[in-house]
Amino acid sequence: MANMSPKKNPMPHQDPVVRAGNFQEVALGYTKEQAMDEATRCLNCKNPHCVEGCPVQIRIPEFIAKVAEGDFEAAYQIIAKDSALPAVCGRVCPQETQCESKCVRGIKAESVGIGRLERFVADWHNANVAEKAVAPASNGHKVAVIGSGPSGLTCAGDLARKGYEVTVFEALHLAGGVLVYGIPEFRLPKTIVQKEVDGLKDLGVKIETNTVVGRSITIDELMDEMKFEAVFIGSGAGLPMFMHIPGENLKGVYSANEFLTRINLMKAYREGADTPIMPLKGKKVAVVGGGNVAMDAARCSKRLGAEVYIVYRRSEAELPARKEEVEHAKEEGIIFKTLNNPTEILGYNNPDDKRDPKNGSVCGIKCVEMELGEPDASGRRRPIVKEGSEFEMEMDCVIMALGTSPNPLIKSTTKGLEINRKGGIIVNEDGLTSREGVYAGGDAVTGAATVILAMGAGKTAAKAIDEYLSKK
Amino acid sequence: MYRIVKKRELNPTVTLMEVEAPMVARKCEPGQFIILRVDADGERIPLTIADYDREKGTVTIIFQIVGATTEKLNHKKEGEYLQDFVGPLGKATETEGLKRVAVIGGGVGTAIAYPVAKKLHDVGCHVDLIVGFRTKDLIILKDEFEAASTNLIIGTDDGSYGKKALVTDLLKEQIEAGAQYDRVIAIGPVIMMKFVCLLTKQYNIPTVVSMNPIMIDGTGMCGGCRLTVGGETKFACVDGPEFDGHLVDFDEAMARGAMYRDFELHAREETCNLFKQEVK
Repeated sequence: MANMSPKKNPMPHQDPVVRAGNFQEVALGYTKEQAMDEATRCLNCKNPHCVEGCPVQIRIPEFIAKVAEGDFEAAYQIIAKDSALPAVCGRVCPQETQCESKCVRGIKAESVGIGRLERFVADWHNANVAEKAVAPASNGHKVAVIGSGPSGLTCAGDLARKGYEVTVFEALHLAGGVLVYGIPEFRLPKTIVQKEVDGLKDLGVKIETNTVVGRSITIDELMDEMKFEAVFIGSGAGLPMFMHIPGENLKGVYSANEFLTRINLMKAYREGADTPIMPLKGKKVAVVGGGNVAMDAARCSKRLGAEVYIVYRRSEAELPARKEEVEHAKEEGIIFKTLNNPTEILGYNNPDDKRDPKNGSVCGIKCVEMELGEPDASGRRRPIVKEGSEFEMEMDCVIMALGTSPNPLIKSTTKGLEINRKGGIIVNEDGLTSREGVYAGGDAVTGAATVILAMGAGKTAAKAIDEYLSKK
Repeated sequence: MYRIVKKRELNPTVTLMEVEAPMVARKCEPGQFIILRVDADGERIPLTIADYDREKGTVTIIFQIVGATTEKLNHKKEGEYLQDFVGPLGKATETEGLKRVAVIGGGVGTAIAYPVAKKLHDVGCHVDLIVGFRTKDLIILKDEFEAASTNLIIGTDDGSYGKKALVTDLLKEQIEAGAQYDRVIAIGPVIMMKFVCLLTKQYNIPTVVSMNPIMIDGTGMCGGCRLTVGGETKFACVDGPEFDGHLVDFDEAMARGAMYRDFELHAREETCNLFKQEVK
């Protein structure tokens, strides 16, 4: 008989006051007992809608049934058939809009905690199973993967399991893409990412860091000279967007990408780090934007000791960030200034002393209040400026978290690669680009989206590449 | 890891290193840069490519010791390794169709002006290479400069070598004497590039400058290297590092470049102290 409790087993968390002062993981994960209890809430539907909601179609009821039995390794093996990165996805997937949104238990009460169970299973496996994956015999085909973020790692993993000789080219010094430079340690510990990357290496995947495709080497050279028969482009989103308001290049204005890269990849938050970041203790920080990246930047700022504001032009209901992230941010004391939009970043200027080092630094922002009008093309109500509502707030630092536009490097150095109006690479339903043998997926195609969608695209492309090369 | 095959002290604060990096050497061109990390927890710093040897697979960098990272870099010996070395990044210098060019270098920037001058000189362009140093003892790469230019003009701030003049004065002399430049290429401290541009603007000579802002990834992801060019935000790593000098907002670039000055001074001091302790 199923457990008919209307509520999910709650996720244990670090206390908000404590965690706002450290970079350790916020959500602590289920215990064995909690996981097994939560698993019994699954009704094991004959026609499981949760699977349809998953971009990589993990066989959710099957793995949950194994959790209920206490056979966690069997549960892990079921997930691993469809997902290359379960410990990552269990943490950062927006389950509430995917698998869990389709769960029948969610109609009258709370859905099954699928994401929490996935995380539990992956963590259990990582902690208890030392067995390494074994590289299968090579099928003699070489595939190049550009970028080691979620789409690239997934594509590489799927192909390596089928015997392809896969080389991943990464521009940075460390593999993981947005999982290492973007998502903070307290949401996704970097040891977990490293473990997933090491798992791929065990499968025989080669990872070449410090290689910028489009500069160090081009796609044509990969195919013609290095004899890669297919290429997957998973180079991610690119240039950070700005608002084009006065003051955006003042000292103390960061793109969220830069701010997060300094903290997550370069560990600038650590005492004695080589990479600097603006000292934020006792300072005021405004993060402009309302997505997950904005929440990450805000919560990092908080951990560096700042008083932090989220400035967002629509209302709280329209915040694109996951609800859980917004709640966590609020618990940690981040102040939400919704229905506000910056019109200018104000800079300090001492006319009496041109050499005053504070000259050219942020000292505040000018905002207008907004109200919501009719729905716009995105279906969300359009924010309209309230007449005469202009006001100023003192600030020391402003972080722009407004999304990104695709990186021009690959498209400008690859002949015949078609891109859309927004700069994204055009692909068909198999992830195939306008060039034979060249596939793409993830943010490089869609613009900024989620980890799991990128993984889904990597998976689709891996399948198509396998079909393409098996026919060759 | 990337092996240091040669190290040469050019003056007390400027060092040349030739590094084994075949992936960079095979394609790099004058005007492009690399990003390196000295050790496993190191900072990523951009340095412009000073020379390269495609056959040997090496790339030469020349750096001035200004902060903790360059201090650490300078402590690396021949035969030792650098943790990371990635490139080539940025766009190469455009040299096509140029007949007469003045290449201006200041301080360590002269090292970066060198490959540009060399390339122009190699393709038969008339190159006036105008370089400035504070004093005679700081002059670097004199023989290389001579070989890479039609006309080498050296000035010092104190008159201890060549003319006692700033590079802007030396350039002005050439222009006033009738030199007809298709282009001026200025590489050096931001303040020097600013004044070169103010001068060439008066004579309407197209001028290119090489910007070296704070940068992390160098591939168009972080946006830290942004600057204002002709009222638009540009990214030095993918749109540059060279820009039309008459359009660059130099004052903003100078302010942004000083963002971590306190941190740098402090970090360098700490690093120096660490090295001193090691010596003891």
